[in-house]
Amino acid sequence: MSYKNPFTLQEKRILVTGASSGIGRSIAQECAAAGATVVLNGRDEQRLNETLSSLEGSGHCAIAADLTHFDTVKQHLATLEPLDGLVLCAGVGQTAPVQNVKADKIQGVFSTNTFAPVQLLQMLVKGKKINRKASVVFISSIARQKPYVGNGVYSASKAALNGFSKVAALELAGREIRVNCIEPGLIMTSIVKESVFDEEQLAEFKKTMPLGFGAPRHIALGCVYLLSDASCWTTGTSLVIDGGQTLI
Amino acid sequence: MTIEEFIELFEGEMDEVPAEGLKPETDFKNMDEWSSLTALSIISMVDEEYDKRLTPSELRNSTTIEELWKLIEAK
Ligand SMILES: NC(=O)c1ccc[n+]([C@@H]2O[C@H](COP(=O)([O-])OP(=O)(O)OC[C@H]3O[C@@H](n4cnc5c(N)ncnc54)[C@H](OP(=O)(O)O)[C@@H]3O)[C@@H](O)[C@H]2O)c1
Repeated sequence: MSYKNPFTLQEKRILVTGASSGIGRSIAQECAAAGATVVLNGRDEQRLNETLSSLEGSGHCAIAADLTHFDTVKQHLATLEPLDGLVLCAGVGQTAPVQNVKADKIQGVFSTNTFAPVQLLQMLVKGKKINRKASVVFISSIARQKPYVGNGVYSASKAALNGFSKVAALELAGREIRVNCIEPGLIMTSIVKESVFDEEQLAEFKKTMPLGFGAPRHIALGCVYLLSDASCWTTGTSLVIDGGQTLI
Repeated sequence: MTIEEFIELFEGEMDEVPAEGLKPETDFKNMDEWSSLTALSIISMVDEEYDKRLTPSELRNSTTIEELWKLIEAK
């Protein structure tokens, strides 16, 4: 008798946002490797196409769009085939201490990290673009539970996702659609490199990470689990993948 | 921006300013009032006021206020 891999994503169509870079790119690659047909989203066409051409298998496609432009997004969704999986990974970082937090900065971070994924899910649900038994994964962050100096608005934008995803999990359970979060720890991607960290600070950081720095693939593999039928009884949860960063 | 204007903005980011005030030649990181949080505030201030990105290492490698001001002006 042949063994059927419960972690397979074969015959699943999965939309991954933030797929032009970092964690989202790795998620797209792992999904394709696990057998899924992947729809990629990001803003930078060139980097998005680089991801596209790196994917195993066939039938994948890319939609370059800014997710904060809801009207454009809606147009793109009209022609989208229904999904079996959705990974909401697009996000931005920001470092500003309390006294430098201003409305336009809050707006900027929340519009990408919070409003856009919530609105995208709304449009997909309303447009009946999410199949029964589908799985939705929000990429939150351990920042939603662990405070770092200067990270206030980012933390809040991610904590909102944890709150929202639980309600979505409850509401969508009737259609057997599952909704979960992943909270990654620190991973060397452009979001981190472009934030205010420098070598010295990173060395300090490393001391607080029991398993050292993570790689995008560490997050992607957790994501495959949540997208696959292996997690069919898991909904409304949040998976911390952080090499033990929250232990210290 | 003149150095006087820069000093005023710099002081605005500090919880407490030394009684004698800041001068172009002040070694700002050796002030008792300096902290890593002030450093982040200065970076945010430069971002807002100049629309320029100051890195922590640039901040760390500058000694006097004047040096820092020149570095930012030259960006
Ligand atoms: N790296 C970490 O340590 C870490 C830790 C915890 C959580 N996270 C989260 O993981 C996610 C991915 O981050 P990353 O580290 O992989 O960063 P990254 O390399 O900077 O990737 C960010 C991605 O988001 C996309 N994006 C940003 N704004 C967008 C918009 N308005 N519309 C469409 N796409 C947009 C970017 O697309 P373009 O480049 O094409 O514009 C890019 O693909 C983020 O949500 C982040 O908060 C990261």
